[in-house]
Amino acid sequence: MAQASPSTVNPLLRLWRNEDSRGVIIQILTMLVLCALIAAIARNVVINLANVGKEFSFDFLTWPAAYDIGFSPFIEYTNKSTHLRAAVVGLLNTLLVAFWGCILATVLGFILGIMRLSSNWLVSKISYVFVEFVRNVPVLIHILAIYSLVVTLLPSAKKALDVGGGAFFLSNRGFYVPAPVFESGAGIVGIVILIAVIMAILFKRWAKRTQNETGQIYPVFWISIALIVGLAGIAFLIMGAPLSWDIPVLKGFNFKGGMAIKPEFLALWLALSYYTACFIAEIVRAGILAVSHGQTEAAYAVGLKSNRTLQLIIIPQALRIIVPPLCSQYLNLTKNSSLAIAIGYMDITATLGGISLMQTGKEMETMIIVMGVYLVISLTISSFMNWFNHRIKLTVR
Amino acid sequence: MSQTSPPDSYTPGSHPDLPPPVRTTGALGWARKNLLSSPLNIALTLVSVWLLWSIVPPAFNWLFTEAVWAASDRKECWALMTEPRSGGCWAFIRGSFNLFVYGWFPEPERWRVNLTFVLFALAIVGALRESLPGRKYWLWFAVAFPFIAAWLLLGGFGLTPIGTNKLGGILLTLVVAVTGISFSLPIGVALALGRRSNLPALRAVCVIFIEFIRGVPLITLLFVASTMLTYFLPPGSTFDLLMRVLIMVTLFASAYIAEVVRGGLQGLPAGQYEAADSLGLTYWKAHRLIILPQALKISIPGIVNTFIGSYKDSVLVLIIGMMDILGLGRARLNDPDWLGLAPELYIFISLFFFISCFGMARYSLSLERKLQTGHKS
Repeated sequence: MAQASPSTVNPLLRLWRNEDSRGVIIQILTMLVLCALIAAIARNVVINLANVGKEFSFDFLTWPAAYDIGFSPFIEYTNKSTHLRAAVVGLLNTLLVAFWGCILATVLGFILGIMRLSSNWLVSKISYVFVEFVRNVPVLIHILAIYSLVVTLLPSAKKALDVGGGAFFLSNRGFYVPAPVFESGAGIVGIVILIAVIMAILFKRWAKRTQNETGQIYPVFWISIALIVGLAGIAFLIMGAPLSWDIPVLKGFNFKGGMAIKPEFLALWLALSYYTACFIAEIVRAGILAVSHGQTEAAYAVGLKSNRTLQLIIIPQALRIIVPPLCSQYLNLTKNSSLAIAIGYMDITATLGGISLMQTGKEMETMIIVMGVYLVISLTISSFMNWFNHRIKLTVR
Repeated sequence: MSQTSPPDSYTPGSHPDLPPPVRTTGALGWARKNLLSSPLNIALTLVSVWLLWSIVPPAFNWLFTEAVWAASDRKECWALMTEPRSGGCWAFIRGSFNLFVYGWFPEPERWRVNLTFVLFALAIVGALRESLPGRKYWLWFAVAFPFIAAWLLLGGFGLTPIGTNKLGGILLTLVVAVTGISFSLPIGVALALGRRSNLPALRAVCVIFIEFIRGVPLITLLFVASTMLTYFLPPGSTFDLLMRVLIMVTLFASAYIAEVVRGGLQGLPAGQYEAADSLGLTYWKAHRLIILPQALKISIPGIVNTFIGSYKDSVLVLIIGMMDILGLGRARLNDPDWLGLAPELYIFISLFFFISCFGMARYSLSLERKLQTGHKS
């Protein structure tokens, strides 16, 4: 084939035609373009900030945040506290709703998923219609709709619904429940519970080793429960029952005492939970269906009873399929909790990214912190997912 | 056939077939099998029937029987019902319908919006119906549609220019969603290829971009668009808010598309890559002819899911003050004539989203079945 001898071809063209050197050239060009872009943006930012007389610094975190946060269950907060404290309150509120949301979503999701697989036609169809309707409507609409239901349908505090023996009240100011009051000696009960849990874990390890060596099976679950409940109960009685309940009482226009679950929290928590539950239901259904029926038959063939089959054969294999997408649903729920701002629940987006941003005019700094917080949460959950995936991975030869 | 008394005995094999037992066929058999097969099942059925009985008839009453379809304000609605609030006041939705669809688009120019909707329907049909004659041109039309729509809606080149702040309602929702969907696919495929590339620098850039976008909520990106993106631009230049939001929505969706497409690329057997290499195809030819057609086919369910997610996410623009269908609806709730009609509004908007998203999901299912080319590996 007639080919130009190497000496006659332009050396630059030769570099381009060689796959390795072409790769290097493309990468260098990419980095150059990227660096130029970043430099241009940095230059624009510096000039624009100077033009409006702003300074890039995180000093504002120590300024007093002159706004109230109606819901701060964990740490003390007043409108004289700093922006940093407001941000921490917001972060704790985000984590609170995400934590309880994940728990309720998992429970509801498993119930809906199993209902969908039920041999009962009616139960299966009810689950199908509910899941498909909820999944196909934006979560923001669910949050707003539930919030408006809670606020408009529930009666005012004066006419609060008594939903449990004069101790639980439902009103448009929130859900009032008795608050536990720990008296002296409660700490010792707590320590005893901790010791009991550690003993239960040690017992479980011992039981597993014994089973591996001798084949003897112990009812680990029941013994652990008995251990924890029994020890805690004895300690509780010995210390003279150091726990009482602060029951909410209607005084004037609102309740005094007890614990109030605010309507914002209630609406956000419920809406996020049932919305995510519908996605979890599909994951659970797919996971259970993916374990082939041959596995069940094989388990019966080697003589396992049906509950042992479920526990030792079906669930471990289904979990391997269910857990990774389940984790990303938890991640979605946490990210969706940022929609709290639409109904005024004070999470980190609403405190730092909302009011603090408006008050201090520090758009860059606040957004960097808010995004950083979400990134850290996301990376934590996904690294847990990777660790878990690695642990339960099929060992293939 | 004349009925004769049956003989006392049959020779083996000559007995006529008996009908199946009544209890195993027909409605009764079906109910026995699917609803009443065990005590637990009977209990579940009873609970379900009770649940449906306590929800469906009152809901039907509220939605249809007692509902009022024409009235000029809520007082008139209440007057037309047996008692106030015993039914839905759909007159509210009917009265605001034009606003919900067109936003503040000037009345005499609304034919442009209607034309855009018609072209949109044509583009969808053209892109999805394979049996259409001249399909190639239909596809080109579908690709060109976003640009034609931009011209029709924003004006210029012979049409009266209209500011983006005039867009609202369903129109704005569709603009955000369709832009996000149509531009995120090419960008997402490019990012996925970048993430699987052999060039470390390119790969690192793509990984950082994708993981960053997927790690933060869309709402924070929208805040960035509304509050700080102008700092990134050369001093003195302004940039339309809608444009900034569209860019963010597109980038957000493309990171998710990239991960879905990467899954498809990884799902292809290595033999496909090796076969393309051994034929002597270049990187681009191999991807265009062999890799991407198969990888995209595997990722269709994921891509459509991302589209649905992106469509649903378009309502978040309300939080930065843009008046999409949800934002406009909530603004109308403050109208003194229609105070307190939140249930009607949310039911209407939920139905709007449910119909479109459920439609997309069903289409993706049927497409999956159609593209299933036999052997499963």
